[in-house]
Amino acid sequence: MNRQKRTAMILVNGILLFIVILWTIPTVGLLISSLRNRDDIRSSGWWSIIPNYGWSNTGEELPLPEGQTRDTPITIGSKTATFDEWRAGIDMGDGTRYVWIGTLRSGRIEIYRQQWMVNWNFTTDNYSQVLSGKEFEIRNGDGTISTVQGDDMSASFLNSLTVAIPSTIIPIMIAAFAAYGFAWMSFPGRRILFIAIVAMLVVPLQVALVPILRDYVSLELNGTFLGVWLAHAGFGLPLATYLLYNYISTLPKEILESAFIDGASHFTIFTRLVLPLSVPALASFAIFQFLWVWNDYFIALLFLGINRNNEVLTQRIANMVGSRGADWHLLTAAAFVSMLVPLIVFFSLQRYFVRGLMAGSVKG
Amino acid sequence: MKKLGFVLLVAALMLSFSSIMAQDMAGCSDTWENMSAELTSACAGELAGTVVTMTGPFTDEDEVKFNDSIAAFEAATGIDIQYTGTKEFEVIITPTVQGGAPPDIADFPQPGLLRNLVEDGYVVDVSTFLDPAHIEANYTESWRDMATIGGPDGEITAGVWARFNGKSLVWYPVQAFADAGYEVPTTWDEMIALSDQIVADGGTPWCVGIESGGATGWPATDWIEEVMLRTTTLENYDNWSFPADAASRLSFSSPEVMNAATVLGNLWFTENYVMGGREAIASTFFGDAPVPMFDDPAGCYMHKQGNFITSFFPEGSVAGEDYSFFYLPPIDEEYGRPFLVAGDIYAMFNDRAEVRAVMDFFSRGESVRAWLGSGGALSPHNDALLEWYGSDVERGIAELVANATSVRFDGSDLMPGAVGAGSFWKGMTDWVSGTVDLETALTEIDAAWPTE
Amino acid sequence: MQKTEGAAVFTASSDTPTPLRAILTLLAPVVVIAILYSGFLFLRENGNAPQMVKTIIAIIWGIGGATALFFVANGVVELLPIKWVARVQPFVFVGPALMLLTWYLAIPALRTLSLALVDDQTGQFTLDNFTSVFTERIMIEAWTNNLLWMLIGTTLTVVFGLLIAVLADRSRFERAAKSLIFMPMAISMVGAGVIWKFVYDVNPNIGLLNAGVTAAGGTAQPWLTLLQPWNNLFLILVLVWMQTGYAMVLLSAAIKGISDELLEAARVDGANEFAVFFRIILPNISGTLLTVVTTIIIFTLKLFDIVMVMTGGQFGTEVIGVRFYREMFVNNNPGSASAIAIVLLVAVIPIMGYNLRQFSRRDTF
Repeated sequence: MNRQKRTAMILVNGILLFIVILWTIPTVGLLISSLRNRDDIRSSGWWSIIPNYGWSNTGEELPLPEGQTRDTPITIGSKTATFDEWRAGIDMGDGTRYVWIGTLRSGRIEIYRQQWMVNWNFTTDNYSQVLSGKEFEIRNGDGTISTVQGDDMSASFLNSLTVAIPSTIIPIMIAAFAAYGFAWMSFPGRRILFIAIVAMLVVPLQVALVPILRDYVSLELNGTFLGVWLAHAGFGLPLATYLLYNYISTLPKEILESAFIDGASHFTIFTRLVLPLSVPALASFAIFQFLWVWNDYFIALLFLGINRNNEVLTQRIANMVGSRGADWHLLTAAAFVSMLVPLIVFFSLQRYFVRGLMAGSVKG
Repeated sequence: MKKLGFVLLVAALMLSFSSIMAQDMAGCSDTWENMSAELTSACAGELAGTVVTMTGPFTDEDEVKFNDSIAAFEAATGIDIQYTGTKEFEVIITPTVQGGAPPDIADFPQPGLLRNLVEDGYVVDVSTFLDPAHIEANYTESWRDMATIGGPDGEITAGVWARFNGKSLVWYPVQAFADAGYEVPTTWDEMIALSDQIVADGGTPWCVGIESGGATGWPATDWIEEVMLRTTTLENYDNWSFPADAASRLSFSSPEVMNAATVLGNLWFTENYVMGGREAIASTFFGDAPVPMFDDPAGCYMHKQGNFITSFFPEGSVAGEDYSFFYLPPIDEEYGRPFLVAGDIYAMFNDRAEVRAVMDFFSRGESVRAWLGSGGALSPHNDALLEWYGSDVERGIAELVANATSVRFDGSDLMPGAVGAGSFWKGMTDWVSGTVDLETALTEIDAAWPTE
Repeated sequence: MQKTEGAAVFTASSDTPTPLRAILTLLAPVVVIAILYSGFLFLRENGNAPQMVKTIIAIIWGIGGATALFFVANGVVELLPIKWVARVQPFVFVGPALMLLTWYLAIPALRTLSLALVDDQTGQFTLDNFTSVFTERIMIEAWTNNLLWMLIGTTLTVVFGLLIAVLADRSRFERAAKSLIFMPMAISMVGAGVIWKFVYDVNPNIGLLNAGVTAAGGTAQPWLTLLQPWNNLFLILVLVWMQTGYAMVLLSAAIKGISDELLEAARVDGANEFAVFFRIILPNISGTLLTVVTTIIIFTLKLFDIVMVMTGGQFGTEVIGVRFYREMFVNNNPGSASAIAIVLLVAVIPIMGYNLRQFSRRDTF
């Protein structure tokens, strides 16, 4: 029995480990890339930091044999082969390999030997550029160079927090009230209204952008954080209501009944009883909503206005790659920096996903 | 508040020393002629303390250069030009304008996008306050034509051209050319002969990449436009890219376009001509495409792209030593030496005196002078001087443009968005990747052209 | 246990309102609204306070304000005669959600319907926008691909999410494993684009997959572009990678909700782990499973960013979401875009109907 349990444990952990590795490899690649410099990122894979045994350049080279053509065999040293074969590399039989680098006209013969290779050329440059801003070297009209320090991340980071925290909590609060209302209160139109809410799940929020912006302009809400919070709340509500309803409606009826018998009102039952019991559902939705809002670009841009002071993190990061995207390698580091806060949120809310919250209250 | 106070202080200083300052800082130039009433009053400091908001697609380093080139004007007039760039400009600008919260000025890299907004009547006609003599003197006819767009109440001048970049350029590795003894081709046939020579030598002549995420295909549209300009009349090119009406439109399935695509296909799909072959063209990121040119020895020898591509070259590569460019040669002498450009037009959404003054400023070479010096921009203004350019590359391009027999704008940027930023990209990509044949691709591009 | 504790808590609030309290309760809304409005003005002014301070004030104002409004509204309603409380109180609960949704989604959706029935060029009534949703080559391609996304994407996401949730539940490394699976969700789309470039790039020196293929002696493949129609599958894997965390979190929470006694009882009865899974776990989380499946199906139907960032819908990877976006923002065809949105809305009604089939059978108070 014990032995069986151990085998099961190993099996469980083994499969889990396999999946986790599969899931993590792409991110590991990004992490490693973020520590390499621009030209390395663009010319060699991140896995070249893993020591590998293979043909590597000895630095020795031979001049090209003159006057050869593509079609005739070429003899170098002891071997004869065509140009294309030489270019692919020929084992010379003495532990070396000759490779024709370049064309028939210009280039060289490089000599390779099998040995261990590794590229450990790390830098934290990407991170410092992302965090503290780039330094631009601007050539002035008179030929001098002046250095201009680009924007750092702090302002956009605070803006993102200002957007994300209320945009997460407000819809959850509203949705929790609504979910309770639909689950446990009776009122006319309950069914049709709920269907309408859930149907909104599928409405692409893009259809709402222009009309909402018009309303905001007339209400003077555009460019304010309140406007963005409400927008995120509005767009997040269908899912929030749907998820929370599905949880709150499955709470055991007996608990609520006994509270009613004790004379509690709906409001007290909701705030003192249902909310605490729904913490896992609230926490999981909070995580998702936070993530979406944190990674949102468009809603913030449209409703906060195209305005340096209101720039959020995603916008800052996108702008960092330059007008044509020439500095896309900075996205490697930026992705990690912007991921930190959502991960902290996840870690701090993860402790609410515990067994036994409803222990004893569920009938068997 | 603090900032405003500072501006007011500066403005007060400006008022007292305006004439001296204007000369010293070159914010308002003495040589400006035919100034609008608003620019005159701005240069007199009467608009100090006002704010003009601006947005556009350029960010990061370009933003720094932009701010550099307007700094003197801001100091001289006391007008605060607040530019914020966004990578999603093309997407955000339409809802922002339709929603009623437009910036004062926006920088459109694609006139096609601006056209939709002009048609809906959102754009201020700059000819209502700019002196026609000034516009006539400072922009060549083709720039003026491209700024003229039909609005709900007839044609308007939808903005002022601020910058452009040259497209008809082939980049090559200088040292590798010298090592192999290759010479820069001056005709299309020479270029093909050189390509054949490189192949015979066991090299790869071209690097081409058209992948660009959501915009995949655009470098292919540039190529088609280049060939179009070299194989047919300007009239045909204009009717193809920017037709006056539905009747005069030259369709994609016309023999002219078909022929251009065939010429391009002969170059791209010839065996060994392009690094990685047809598959690599469709799957290589346009910014990564030129990188093999800088390998030692060169992985490929030629790469056609606009002048902005230099920012994708490996760090530390030097113009003139590591790379240089030549003009993509003419195919048929009959059509001269056309030059393809793309550019940014500034359009105005809110009609206030300070916005007018700033627009007038942008219609003058002085507004990009510092930018020309720091590199990355070319000026469409006639009053910009060649000596302002900070690099030989850009001065060379400016000279090429000046000597070109004709200058035409990137056709895909002029076409309606559904084609120029949609079916044209897609059709080219489908054709290059072999999903559909050329005829089908061109027919499908045509199908997306909006019917009036 | 909860019952007694609850009773103690509830006595305080079930007092009958005194006149003084009534006045205070009625005054409260005025005070709260006044405070909120002045806070709003302060924040809109964007004064020269340090940004950190503004951030904190904004957060407190936003969250505190929403909370206060609920309390105040409820306080006022509870002053009403008991008969009216029962009628009005539900709307205090569902009202704010309904109002926000009406404003932000329902009215725009109705407007969409009216746009969809109008020709973009002529402004005349037409049904052409709807016919083209089903007849254009590109739309048919998009529908086919969306079907793929819906079937394969949803299945893989849910299966992996469930598998990980179940395995993690009995592993000592639960937190670490769940965090790592969750991580892709936290990555922004631009970051994910770069990550997958390093996997799928056609150049074997950059793309991991091609490095593997060439090392094994094969030739590098253009996974996302020319390898049609398989490139859709490779895009779907990106979705699975990103969204499995979502399924895992919800399903894991549901599994935690199954009581230990229940599981132990089954095991004591000699049921093996597969039996426990199929007879105890699965039935107990079926509600959550339905929720997860429904929401992921809707994600895949609205899917947009992965395709937009990685292929832009080219190379035969068009999906409805990208089509909609292009018609709306690039092609300036609000009519066609709206028609797509409406068809999408109609398409999910059966799924929603299935979800709500138990709704009217519920007991309420």
